[in-house]
Amino acid sequence: MGKFVVPLGPQHPALEEPESFSLLLEGERVAAAAIAIGYNHRGMEKAAESRTYMQNVYLLERICGICSHAHSTCYVQTVETLAGVEIPRRAQYIRILIGELERIHSHLLWLGIAGHEIGFMTLFMYAWKDREIVMDILEMLTGNRVNYGMNTLGGVRRDILPEHRQKIEEALDILEERVKYYKNVVLEEQTVVMRLSGVGKLSKDEALRLGAVGPVLRSCGVASDIRRDDPYGVFADLDFKVITDDHADVFGRTVVRVLELLESCKIIRQVLQEMPDGPLSVRVPNRIPAGEAISRVEAPRGADIHYTRSNGTDKPERVKVRAPTLANMPTITQMIEGGYLADVPIIIAAIDPCFSCTDRMIRVKDSSSGKEDLYDWDGLRKFSIDWYAKQGVDLKAIRAGRREV
Amino acid sequence: MEKEMLVLSRLSEKFSSLDTSKAAVSLRRIFLHVPSGIFMDVLRFAQEALDFYHLCTITGLDTGTEYEFIYHISNHDGIVLNLKLFAPREDSVIASILPIYPGATFYELELQGLLGVKVEGLPEGRQYPLPDNWPKDQHPLRKDWVPDTAVKER
Repeated sequence: MGKFVVPLGPQHPALEEPESFSLLLEGERVAAAAIAIGYNHRGMEKAAESRTYMQNVYLLERICGICSHAHSTCYVQTVETLAGVEIPRRAQYIRILIGELERIHSHLLWLGIAGHEIGFMTLFMYAWKDREIVMDILEMLTGNRVNYGMNTLGGVRRDILPEHRQKIEEALDILEERVKYYKNVVLEEQTVVMRLSGVGKLSKDEALRLGAVGPVLRSCGVASDIRRDDPYGVFADLDFKVITDDHADVFGRTVVRVLELLESCKIIRQVLQEMPDGPLSVRVPNRIPAGEAISRVEAPRGADIHYTRSNGTDKPERVKVRAPTLANMPTITQMIEGGYLADVPIIIAAIDPCFSCTDRMIRVKDSSSGKEDLYDWDGLRKFSIDWYAKQGVDLKAIRAGRREV
Repeated sequence: MEKEMLVLSRLSEKFSSLDTSKAAVSLRRIFLHVPSGIFMDVLRFAQEALDFYHLCTITGLDTGTEYEFIYHISNHDGIVLNLKLFAPREDSVIASILPIYPGATFYELELQGLLGVKVEGLPEGRQYPLPDNWPKDQHPLRKDWVPDTAVKER
């Protein structure tokens, strides 16, 4: 059988950073895969060394458009540890509120993308419409849909007013009902179950060995969640479940994210109920005493890690960032290898990388004849959907229930 | 902080040359300097016997006189053990930890590219995260490296 090498990327929609895969095909199966990343390296760690601690709050918030609050929370926690300040309790609750709203917006975004990649456009449209509910709430609270600018050294910059609380609770009522509907769609719609089950398998041992984090690890049956294992803010006082699943495939990753949406709603209700009155921030000195601190935050995609070393000046000696997607990268080759080419889009999407790239190009090269074909991402997606339709898994045929909201 | 102290006592029992008295310990955080001769053994022991199953990341620093590498590893109790390894600044070579933590490839490639330290045992391949056409002798995270795009007077 002829072997094909398929370069996928580097301009690629499945990751916030453009990245490139080389897929060695044997027939329709992927025999081997190699990853190359780093196309979007912006030198932020070096840039952080020449900025003040306060300027870095804004720089590091822009690492990622989707989990911007997770990054800024993680960074300010290291600086607050170094300065030896404890932030007011109300600020801790507000940080968690924004963090969980961010998780809802991120997971709904992902659910829509997953629907798109498998050709279930109704799910895509519904999930993204419902995502607007949480985006409106975030805009109301912070003034922005992304990059909220909520965190500052020593606390938060804006308060949650009583009228906000009422609007958030109304939005949660709608969101919870919608998420329960998605839960039924994912768990009971047989076409979805068939399409996602057994795709992108990753055993529990492999996930632990390769250092997977977040929903990817939890879908392998490992109850690992920074919010519970290494609680920050007031997470130790909040009641929530760490969602796990034993399917260890794309289906499991979908189940984990959908159920986490309900847990996030639960956390937000507790936060609104228990949030004490009080100041929003305390003063943090410009010059931070020499020392080092590491902080972990459960971002929507998994554990986010920031390490900061201070040297007594107003600028850090070193800031180190490890975003969750980098930890999940080594697992992708494991998930792809042995599977079908038609499953590659949904497998890559299922680690939940961010989607912001514009130029999409896939070159299919026949290594025996040297013949080359060009596919764009849409082409591969269409191939994937048609390929599965021929196998009898056709998500276009699903008739979704009438939307009540 | 019983669990943190237990980790330290298990380490000092096993490795007599490890000075755990200077370790900086706070809630779920341990910073510990490990001599380079026993570094791999300590890392393997922490993973196999002390449940530090997850490599969070590796931080590389240029202190001006030498390189410092911090291996952040975590366990199910949420403890992050930060093991520090020092290496001279000239012709620095450290061993790859891939046999212990197979997910370390990108973290070690970062050390190679950004600090310019040789990681022995890391498979040859594309550099990360710097671009393919980046000059091989330019390592941005070294303290004496200044970007030529730094803001200049017009």
